[in-house]
Amino acid sequence: MRMSSVWLKRLLHVTAVMTLLTVNTFMIARESLAAVPDEELLAPMAELKSANFSKKAQLVVDLSNIEDERVLLILKGMLGGDLYYSKQSADSFFVLSSGESGYLAQNVLTAEMLSDISKRDYKKISVNNSLRRLLRETLASLQLRSPNVETRIDAARAMMKSDDESNIKPLRQALQAEESASVKKLLAVSESMLVARYGSSHERVDAIGRLKGELYPEVRSLLAGFLIERDGAFLEADSDVRKAAAEALASIEDLVAFNKGVENVYFGISLGAVLLLAAVGLSITFGVMGVINMAHGEMIMLGAYTTFVIQQLMPNHIDYSLLVAVPAAFLVSGLVGVIIERGVIRHLYGRPLETLLATFGISLILQQAVRTIFSPLNQSVSTPSWMSGSLEINGALSLTYNRLYIIIFSLMVLFALAMLLRKTLFGLQMRAVTQNRRMASSMGIRTGWLDALTFGLGSGIAGIAGVALSQLTNVGPNLGQAYIIDSFMVVVFGGVGNLVGTFVGAMSLGIANKMMEPFAGAVLAKILVLVVIILFIQKYPRGMFALKGRAAED
Amino acid sequence: MKLGPVTQFLMNDTAGKYLLSVLLGIALVIPALNLMMPEGSALHVSTYTLTLLGKYLCYALLALAVDLIWGYCGILSLGHGAFFALGGYAMGMYLMRQIGDRGVYGHPELPDFMVFLNWEELPWYWFGFDNFFFAMIIVALVPGILAFVFGWLAFRSRVTGVYLSIITQALTYALMLAFFRNDMGFGGNNGLTDFKDLLGYNLQSDTTRAVLFVASALSLVLGYILCRYIVSSKLGRVMVSVRDAESRTRFLGYRVDKFKLFVFVVSAVLAGVAGALYVPQVGIINPGEFSPINSIEIIIWVAVGGRGTLYGAIVGAVLVNYAKTYFTAAFPELWLFFLGALFVVSTLYLPRGVVGLAEQILEKWRSRHAASLETSGQNATGQAASARDHSPPEDEKNDDAGTNRKSAVELSTN
Amino acid sequence: MKKYTKSIGVGFSAMALSIGATLVQAADTIKVGVLHSLSGTMAISETTLKDTVLMLVEEQNKKGGLLGKKLEAVVADPASNWPLFAEKARELLEKEKVDVVFGCWTSVSRKSVLPVFEELNGLLFYPVQYEGEESSKNVFYTGAAPNQQAIPAVDYLMNEVGVERWVLAGTDYVYPRTTNKILEAYLKAKGVAEKDIMINYTPFGHSDWQSIVSDIKKFGTAGSKTAVVSTINGDANVPFYKELANQGISAEDIPVVAFSVGEEELSGLDTKPLVGHLAAWNYFMSVDSDTNTDFIDSWKAFIKDADRVTNDPMEAHYIGFNMWVEAVKKAGSTEVDEVSDAIIGVTVPNLSGGFATMMPNHHITKPVLIGEIQDDGQFETVWQTAGAVMGDAWSDFLDGSKDITADWTAPLACGNYNVKTGKCSGQNY
Repeated sequence: MRMSSVWLKRLLHVTAVMTLLTVNTFMIARESLAAVPDEELLAPMAELKSANFSKKAQLVVDLSNIEDERVLLILKGMLGGDLYYSKQSADSFFVLSSGESGYLAQNVLTAEMLSDISKRDYKKISVNNSLRRLLRETLASLQLRSPNVETRIDAARAMMKSDDESNIKPLRQALQAEESASVKKLLAVSESMLVARYGSSHERVDAIGRLKGELYPEVRSLLAGFLIERDGAFLEADSDVRKAAAEALASIEDLVAFNKGVENVYFGISLGAVLLLAAVGLSITFGVMGVINMAHGEMIMLGAYTTFVIQQLMPNHIDYSLLVAVPAAFLVSGLVGVIIERGVIRHLYGRPLETLLATFGISLILQQAVRTIFSPLNQSVSTPSWMSGSLEINGALSLTYNRLYIIIFSLMVLFALAMLLRKTLFGLQMRAVTQNRRMASSMGIRTGWLDALTFGLGSGIAGIAGVALSQLTNVGPNLGQAYIIDSFMVVVFGGVGNLVGTFVGAMSLGIANKMMEPFAGAVLAKILVLVVIILFIQKYPRGMFALKGRAAED
Repeated sequence: MKLGPVTQFLMNDTAGKYLLSVLLGIALVIPALNLMMPEGSALHVSTYTLTLLGKYLCYALLALAVDLIWGYCGILSLGHGAFFALGGYAMGMYLMRQIGDRGVYGHPELPDFMVFLNWEELPWYWFGFDNFFFAMIIVALVPGILAFVFGWLAFRSRVTGVYLSIITQALTYALMLAFFRNDMGFGGNNGLTDFKDLLGYNLQSDTTRAVLFVASALSLVLGYILCRYIVSSKLGRVMVSVRDAESRTRFLGYRVDKFKLFVFVVSAVLAGVAGALYVPQVGIINPGEFSPINSIEIIIWVAVGGRGTLYGAIVGAVLVNYAKTYFTAAFPELWLFFLGALFVVSTLYLPRGVVGLAEQILEKWRSRHAASLETSGQNATGQAASARDHSPPEDEKNDDAGTNRKSAVELSTN
Repeated sequence: MKKYTKSIGVGFSAMALSIGATLVQAADTIKVGVLHSLSGTMAISETTLKDTVLMLVEEQNKKGGLLGKKLEAVVADPASNWPLFAEKARELLEKEKVDVVFGCWTSVSRKSVLPVFEELNGLLFYPVQYEGEESSKNVFYTGAAPNQQAIPAVDYLMNEVGVERWVLAGTDYVYPRTTNKILEAYLKAKGVAEKDIMINYTPFGHSDWQSIVSDIKKFGTAGSKTAVVSTINGDANVPFYKELANQGISAEDIPVVAFSVGEEELSGLDTKPLVGHLAAWNYFMSVDSDTNTDFIDSWKAFIKDADRVTNDPMEAHYIGFNMWVEAVKKAGSTEVDEVSDAIIGVTVPNLSGGFATMMPNHHITKPVLIGEIQDDGQFETVWQTAGAVMGDAWSDFLDGSKDITADWTAPLACGNYNVKTGKCSGQNY
């Protein structure tokens, strides 16, 4: 028995590989795949040009009923808004995509590729939201039997949005043929959802029972839909179904509440990571050097603009742009930092409060410089594909990738900085100068040079923070202003001149903010955090992790 | 001539005497030129200029308040805009109540924005604001109480230096966010505006404007006299010693926190009064006044003018604001470059501000003419020296590490 | 010492005089004031409008000016600082003696300059969609009133998309507050239950949208079609949309219709994940009309950047400027009172192929377009009103303003006339 099932699996595997191969061959020689004559496809497509949206929806259904590989390409093109028709020749339709240089057009019927075309000669077949929804669902039902597991997962997930009774049959067929457990699970949920809508009374109650514990928002939406009351009457007439739905929903809500709590902590940590990135550079310039750098925010802004410039320089490699942007932003902001230190701050040591005024002036100049060079408008920074979307832990909890990477990135920056300060000669010298400048100088350390490098380091890290922030918020001249106050709060709260303090400060402020937000609202949460900081400083006038001993004396 | 002890301190303050005469002169001449001279005459002062100068005078009073604590007591408050705005709001509330049923919706009691947000009745904290004297008491009281509570907490636990600066910044930032909230009942982002009259006089008439201008000038004069009195008294001496060596002063037996608290509260009240005079002249008060950037700007006025001189603060406030008015109209695209450069240059090359520069130039000039001015010169240098007593030392002693650093830099460059 | 203080004193009074000295004006040009922030937080939106006015002035001069005179633009920078707006307005009117001002973006800046314009009898064209509840003798509102943007958008979602649950998300200031209040009243009148409306306010420049987007997602799982009506302002939009995209809320599930997101805001944003979200405006750059093509061409030539976009407030300035030009021609003078009388009823072409008329309540007629965001940062019109909608200064859906009407023509000549009590209140003249 056991043996036979293994054999069966192997056999299935072999057939799957073979189908894959055949499909690939077909892709290469598309002409031979034309299952129906071109005219049959062209008839509905010609109508697409001038149809209104509801007519288009009908045409999409017509197209999807034609058994032909090319339909997939057409519908996909349409969903992406890439399906065009040529203004010159009637009856030629293309899927446009951007290539290395200019646009590429693929003829949907012949698969012929045209390169370097002018977009002006083509007109788009427009789609709207309801059409996109229909297309997504249609494509999903066509792809339920796709040889690729990833595609099947996406298709099965997309089927949850379907409320079309006719999809029950293909879903059941797909379920039987399916071998991947994860796809099977998704298909089963989709199937139960449709049965819960359209089955007979006891089938529905059974299906709802199977949906217990499923956290997908679509499931919750479906179940909640059964309980809606309008004008004193339930939309769902069947009381058994209502009872089952209420029961299933209650079991789901508990899990959702738990997941919501986890999500909140994640939000807090990710806010903390942003604060940490913004503040860690300041904790060097402010904490170690005693310079109140009001231009710190503008260093962040420069980093973000560097990301923008890098992306402009490598438009076809957005996925790698951030890897280039991080060192570039470090260098740009760091260099500007060194220039500021040598040009201005050097003359102001011993007058910490006056550095505030001078750097405030510098921040005004930098802001206006960016406005003059890049225009006052926000600049568009694209998100690399590996940073978009979210990691789905379960139906109710998904962690957004950009935040996830920023959390990891901020910890890496912190770690690298700690290593730099502890393990390298530069770090040793820096700490020596901080603790006793005259002594360090007597030992042959070039303190002036070291000051410049330290300030450059702090500014460079701010630049790196700018790269991360460009993925979350506006890249514009006001970017820096938005983070400067928060950064100061973190540094002061954590204790000046202390990386651990900055880390703990940033994380506790981030989490506290997010914990308060659900019941106090975004504004009040922020005010409360500020009040807490003010009161906290009364108790610990030197922050959470104050330096002790001689270094702490006034 | 025998002088009473009250005015004695003023007679020693030569620069102040001239400043006060100029202020009093302006208070008389400008409104007169505005009201009496016909329009088009070369001597006519337009209402635009009058309100602009009136605004500068309010800023000058605010700068004076900041100089009192920063220049003489070493408290760098990055949140003084909050006290200014609170005073302004108190005045604004009075002016709102004066509108009565002349608002857009014609409600007999509620201001327009409350009618509009469906408030049923006036919130408790708006009661009494229809009375001018009550409102004026609040103008001084609210900033005073806030400063007292905040200062009492901060100075008692010896929060000093940059820590104090940052938490004052947090204070004004928190207040800004709070006042932005429409639920607070202060008009949200739009703040309070559309004022009609003050004590029954139409705010848009030239006479009312002139009276407000005179009131601002006189308040500045009184504020200056008060501050000068404080810094020339024994209390002022203690303040300066707190600024220069806080620990040493404490060890000498002075209750440093009490001195600081007193002067902080006085300064906050002055800022509140400045705000109250400002609002009817510009016609609007909104949470933007709480923004931390505004408070930093006040510090810059004082620094540009010359810290620790009182008259320097006034000169700085007028100068920077005039520069701002001029540049925003003449070079709208470039003015931030000018303003930014002004701050950098003045901190680098004018550590004692414009007033300090003027003193230096004067000293050079005087030593050159020392021979010809021998008799009166002696007297003048003596006075200049006594004025310098009040200005802060070149090195700030409240940061030992910093002082070390400076000498170290000198060492390394030698 | 004595001399030195004296010199300060002299300097002080000399300066005062120099500011006060009124410049002798040469009367050979017509002065057009431009009051838009070129620095500070609002520069991002307002700089474009300044350039638009400069372009319009230049074009008018090429056509030979106005009344035989050249136009001269006078630009001032109020630096996103509201009291400074009032100061600059006074400077433009009193010192520069401009004949007309095009300016302001935020409501608070308009409120701040309003008393100045009324006192000095100036003329202001205000080009941005706003909350209504105002009609001043000296202001012409060329942006949309709530009934020209919000209500048609909600109608579209309700009737065409079948939305039953509503999230009204906005920045906490007066425009979103009013709009949401009007919409709430409107939705309730249409039978939407209290529990099917979620209202949320955030501060200016809010950048951390994680919790709110997650709440919206949860709100959208209650079984009926949900949509977000967004009055989120300016800078807060980019992080909001980024968060929507990352948490996987697509326009097909929960569409967001925005009233403050136009082509210019989208140009600072990677729009691929936003395709299908909606905006309601009175003009889209993608509108197919000859006047629009000409306008876009001349804008790109003027700004010397082929990638720059046009947007709704720019169209409002275009309309406002042309209306003013027509009114000046009609009146044969730039006198404020004559122009304000002449301008009522003036009709000029708008950029979407129709016409705009100035109504007696100082608002104009506009078509309402609903567009879906495309991946190239443009909008595709999916729905539009049959004809132009008249701007309503006082909303019919608010208790306080139901009975109020504005009509600046004789015999009423009042911006705030209560038809019930027959009283004209809240006027400053």
